Amino acid sequence: MDVTVTMVVNGVERTVTTDPQRPLLDVLREELHLTGTKYGCGEGRCGACTVLMDGKRTLACVTPVSLADKKAITTIEGLAKGDALHPAQEAFLEEGAMQCGYCTSGMILSTVALLKENANPTDEQIVAGMNGNICRCNGYVKIVNAVRRAAEKMRR
Amino acid sequence: MNAKISTKSLDTELNPALSRRAFVQALGAGILITVTDGLVLAQRGERGGSMPVTARIHLNEDGTITAMSGKVEEGQGARAQLSQAAAEELRVPANRIRLIMADTDLVPDDGITAGSRTTPGNVPPMRQAAATARELLTQLAAKQWQVDAATLEVRDGAITNKATQQKLTYADLAKSKDVAEAFSKSIRSDVTVAAVNEWKVLGSPVPRPNSRDLVAGAHQFPSDIVRPNMLYGKILRPPSYGATLESIDLTAAKAMEDVMVVQDGQFVGFAAPSSWRATEAMEAAAKTASWKTVSHPSSKNIHSYLKEHAETGRGRPSVRGSIEKGLADAAKTLSETYTLAYIQHTPMEPRAAVAEWNDGKLTVWAGCDGPYRARGDLARLFNMPAERVHVIIPDMGGGFGGKHSAEAAEEAARLAKATGWPVSVRWTRAEEFTWAYCRPAAVIECKGGLDAKGSLVAWDFTNINAGGSAIDTPYNIPNTRIASVGSDSPVKQGSYRCLAATGNNFARESFMDELAAAAGADPLDFRLAHLENPRIRAVLEAAAKHFNWAERRKKVTPELGVGLACGTEKNSVVAACVEVGIDRKGGEIKVREVCETFECGPIQNPGNLLSQVQGCIVMGLGGALFEEIQFEDGKILNAGFAGYRVPRFSDVPRIDVHLINKTDIPSAGGGETPIIALAPAISNAIFAATGVRIRSMPMRGEALKQA
Repeated sequence: MDVTVTMVVNGVERTVTTDPQRPLLDVLREELHLTGTKYGCGEGRCGACTVLMDGKRTLACVTPVSLADKKAITTIEGLAKGDALHPAQEAFLEEGAMQCGYCTSGMILSTVALLKENANPTDEQIVAGMNGNICRCNGYVKIVNAVRRAAEKMRR
Repeated sequence: MNAKISTKSLDTELNPALSRRAFVQALGAGILITVTDGLVLAQRGERGGSMPVTARIHLNEDGTITAMSGKVEEGQGARAQLSQAAAEELRVPANRIRLIMADTDLVPDDGITAGSRTTPGNVPPMRQAAATARELLTQLAAKQWQVDAATLEVRDGAITNKATQQKLTYADLAKSKDVAEAFSKSIRSDVTVAAVNEWKVLGSPVPRPNSRDLVAGAHQFPSDIVRPNMLYGKILRPPSYGATLESIDLTAAKAMEDVMVVQDGQFVGFAAPSSWRATEAMEAAAKTASWKTVSHPSSKNIHSYLKEHAETGRGRPSVRGSIEKGLADAAKTLSETYTLAYIQHTPMEPRAAVAEWNDGKLTVWAGCDGPYRARGDLARLFNMPAERVHVIIPDMGGGFGGKHSAEAAEEAARLAKATGWPVSVRWTRAEEFTWAYCRPAAVIECKGGLDAKGSLVAWDFTNINAGGSAIDTPYNIPNTRIASVGSDSPVKQGSYRCLAATGNNFARESFMDELAAAAGADPLDFRLAHLENPRIRAVLEAAAKHFNWAERRKKVTPELGVGLACGTEKNSVVAACVEVGIDRKGGEIKVREVCETFECGPIQNPGNLLSQVQGCIVMGLGGALFEEIQFEDGKILNAGFAGYRVPRFSDVPRIDVHLINKTDIPSAGGGETPIIALAPAISNAIFAATGVRIRSMPMRGEALKQA
């Protein structure tokens, strides 16, 4: 039986009636047309689908949409304020921390979540905090630089 | 070929394939130059020469310039590099170029995006087109001012007559009808392009032009394309390789609300307004399917299988001297066999495509490497003229040589045709692991002979199944026999970043190390003693110097090894030194440091090249240490990131990259060769620490426990 789920997505209340087991990722992409959140593995092991649910890092591909009821969801589309990018987005841009860019949404949201928990992470903490996100292109070095830079920007 | 070029203003004639809005969005307002289907399309960009300037360069009234390339952007950096190429010769900053890529209605056929060919094969024609355009524009200004074109200066998108202080910008000229006529002239292959020491845009770390869209989540990858009334498609897959469908009951699936079912022989697909629904329908039908399966070998004994099924006669070896005599006369001989597992590319975006039919014309947005190849494949599949198929490759989520085929495009097009609606097909990760082609597994047999002085006098090298890339030895050896032998791969196999060069270099550079040890020589000295190629020598010596090889080699312990390797492929050269930490009891191998030197001629974009080299090193770690497709009874046993480990942040060693900018040769591509030195350097470092030689990729730590 379908259920009705009400979420605040990027600050806007959205209501969807659908199968409660359907992944939050599918609902964001196919019902709400927020395609910035990516499918990478469908088993919560690559981080491409990372969103924030009530501020906490959440893997949308393994989160049934029913669990998002009455929650606030932030996707990559909701990070910027108008034309002003979020400092984490700026940091990735400035470091050139992407090649194909498909993992980038998830990397940036994981960065935001990590820095919320720890505003001044060591390199080891960055590695541990980002280890759920896979990038196949760029060798991670520039992503670590971007997380460091995002931390500096957000402490300012 | 009777095709004509027609040059018309935007208001009077439109390319029939495009709405006016679409074209304005694509090219920007300005003079529209339509090129009749068939002319540009029949021309291969790499051949350059006879193509009109209009096929590559379009001048916009706002002063921006549209450039067109048939190459695909998949993260390797072609968008920045080709924009730089056009900008350099038009003498504008790179951000004035709007590059349209991989759209068969708009761009020339530049072949598939593969083989590090964009830099040597597609940057030069883009530069020639832009330089020809610049000359033509200069001539127009000269004509207008009645002066000699040679007296005019072209800078920052404007032509200036210093004597009179007259100035015409490209935007001014874009409004002139003469431009359309001028740009119908052929691109000149003999046009003067900027010398490396004059480069202003090439040679600088221009960021990827659409990177802001990437960090904002606004870029639409192939899997993000949405069309009005689009359905989501799922395809019924066989339970194992080679299985054929004997019967299926589609009643339940057909009865599901909003589900459309398509069966055409072995093809059974489902389309619905959500991928969830389409998957439910597919799963309901799959339960009723009966399959005829076939026997299939296991990955556990794949290497003996490949050897048993190798082509008879051992291929056509390339021979120098006499290998029989060389081995017979040698004071010492070694004979070893190296192996490689099948691995997957696992780009972060699995195969995806959207297909839409309108009035018998098919439009497809797909994630694949060859827009024109896909167009031809689709035209053949539906038995229709290629001109009625329009393929667009939005910048896609990775490829690494793994997306030459466009299966999702064909599947989406079949479903869209049968249902009458646009359909999106996006492969799951499990489908990508199971049904995309793999990098070939291999058996590589090596024999070597040393004379009494420890010089290499014989080299016998045979690669079974993986191919001949970088199979020739760069070392000076009087007697060699080198062969690439085909086999009957039971797994679908194809290209992978640098093809067989990774495996061939792994075997060669590891075996060189074995021979060095047998000769009692230092691995660096042994290589240099047999190496003439000055470019390889330069990167090898530079890597050894940056790594402090001589000192660190003396400090090797059973827990800490160092190793080095070098190689050449695709006209570029690489060397790597690595430090590896070993926990023998725990069976763990940890690469702690990689120092890599790479040279591919004049560096066109140092920022992107650094990313490519870092990316190759980390991708190479996976193939070296953990990646392996395991299969049994035709089923992939590890078709997900749970069972198939790819490198993560925690696997990344200290990486020290040195790029050598060699400016006296043409630029070569740099996205592949940096991967080939890593695995053998690791193998050599493990041996240095433990005395154990692991001759298989991946090199698993368990081998150290058993040894």
